[in-house]
Amino acid sequence: MELKGRAHKFGDDINTDYIMSSRHRTQSLDYVQLAQHLMEDIRPGFYSQIQPGDFIVAGDNFGCGSSREYAPKIVKAGQIAAVIAKSFARIFYRNAINLGLPLVECDTDAICDGDVLRVDLLKGKVFNETRNCSISANPTPAFMMTLLNEGGMVNYIRKYGKFRVAKEKG
Amino acid sequence: MGYTISEKILAEKSGMEAKAGRLVVADVDVIMAHDSLGPMAIDALAEMGEIAIPRPGNICFMTDHLVPTPARNYAQMQKQMREFAKKWGIRQHEAGDGICHQLLAEKEIQPGQIVIGTDSHTCMGGALNAFATGVGSTDAAAAMATGQLWLKVPETMRVLFHGSLPSGVFAKDLVLFLAGQITEDGANYRAMEIAGETISSLSMGGRFTICNMGVEMGAKAAIMEADESTQRWLSQRGVKGAVKSVKADADATYSRVLEFRVDQLEPQIAKPHKVDNVVPLREIAGTPIHEVLIGTCTNGRLEDLEVAAAILRNKRIVPNLRLIVIPASRSILLEAMGKGVLQTLVEAGAEVLVPGCGPCVGVHGGIPADGENVLSTANRNFKGRMGNPNANIFLGSPAAAAAAALEGRIADPRKYLA
Repeated sequence: MELKGRAHKFGDDINTDYIMSSRHRTQSLDYVQLAQHLMEDIRPGFYSQIQPGDFIVAGDNFGCGSSREYAPKIVKAGQIAAVIAKSFARIFYRNAINLGLPLVECDTDAICDGDVLRVDLLKGKVFNETRNCSISANPTPAFMMTLLNEGGMVNYIRKYGKFRVAKEKG
Repeated sequence: MGYTISEKILAEKSGMEAKAGRLVVADVDVIMAHDSLGPMAIDALAEMGEIAIPRPGNICFMTDHLVPTPARNYAQMQKQMREFAKKWGIRQHEAGDGICHQLLAEKEIQPGQIVIGTDSHTCMGGALNAFATGVGSTDAAAAMATGQLWLKVPETMRVLFHGSLPSGVFAKDLVLFLAGQITEDGANYRAMEIAGETISSLSMGGRFTICNMGVEMGAKAAIMEADESTQRWLSQRGVKGAVKSVKADADATYSRVLEFRVDQLEPQIAKPHKVDNVVPLREIAGTPIHEVLIGTCTNGRLEDLEVAAAILRNKRIVPNLRLIVIPASRSILLEAMGKGVLQTLVEAGAEVLVPGCGPCVGVHGGIPADGENVLSTANRNFKGRMGNPNANIFLGSPAAAAAAALEGRIADPRKYLA
């Protein structure tokens, strides 16, 4: 499946508080409504700038900070097609895959704010249409691919009832 | 070739070869969920189908993020957790009992265990020689449903501290210094083994402070060996028998080994808005402070309140500054009451809140105004962390916090501790 959308570029260490401050949950627990606050503390008005299918693009350590799973949930509810970053903080990475939000780990230096990107998740390729260049993504770990293919952790457990990981030989 | 502490625990709990890089499915000894992220785990469990929870005795629910409830949504979420806990026979720690990580340390964790919690600072439990790590709600739900969790065995970074901390310099200064060195993602995906004679001579409270902040460097776990202090902590808790520490082999493989001498360490401060933006306190002494927070899972223990009380005894905080004090648990609150520590702090002008996360979650109990500076003993100073993106948060030790409350500006606490 190929995704196409515009890049919204952020820097390093975008933490879960920046994705959305927890103060908004006093008003609503509806993720679509909460998505209006996506990134607003560091980029006011961000939600009004995005179109369904756009990408959040960042530097290193995207999603650091809290284990709050509503962070990737709100990114998904904001109809962001995937997050593309140089690296992801580990809890965010697990949470996003569990929820079925695609993450692409690659060098993002050649992507600027507003660039139009095509992303092939299976092949691990990002093509920057605006700059006519292609970027190779780091491969998604095998078990993460399994979870994504099953539609996330909830579906995986519903189907198998337990974790199925083959014992590797010592 | 030998094994690290993490590799040994993960091998023991999975029955699988657990060298760094491998994937294992391990039995989880303690699953913690709190009132902010637990409800989402309960929802995920319902979506997983007709799940029977195989080991409810391994699960504990905490009520700490939003106490007393500041909004109707949170009241509903807490109600949902209480009802679920009652249905399945899950231990529910109630509002006012304390912050999840403190309660895990006081009541739940033992050496050698695998502990997961729906909070990134679950790594604090590593101070008790457990593999303790933060997860999201869906991972917690999967563990509740299966009793297990898949984990990638992390590489380990070994961090050794030598020498004694100077008077007026604390575990918090040490870990802030470390965060400045390692940076916010320097330990991402890795476990940290933290050791050395400096650590051996620290109280359990100081060790908790250090392991708590492992995740601020990206660490999956921050683990220390168990020793006499650990034994004493567990015995006082009622854990019977001799504690057996999981130790790393002498020839274990480390991705990196860092060594520091702490004899010359000064008080440290993390400046807004990043935890690794650390400088010696003296470089920013004099910066005006409008609110001070002493508490949280990082620094809300009795020794933290005691050092603040020692600085504030028979004095008053400056006018117009708010000093918020939150003991990390009910037992700490009771001890602080019994020892007159709270009396001292309240007389000095403190507002005392119920044991819980308080303003550190940015929802209630001390939201700063626009343009204000806060000195907090918490673990995060992200923009907006305390509920207002137009305020600035500085992180420091309880002593630095108390000194700031006295002077209304960042001040070296050592002159008050001589």
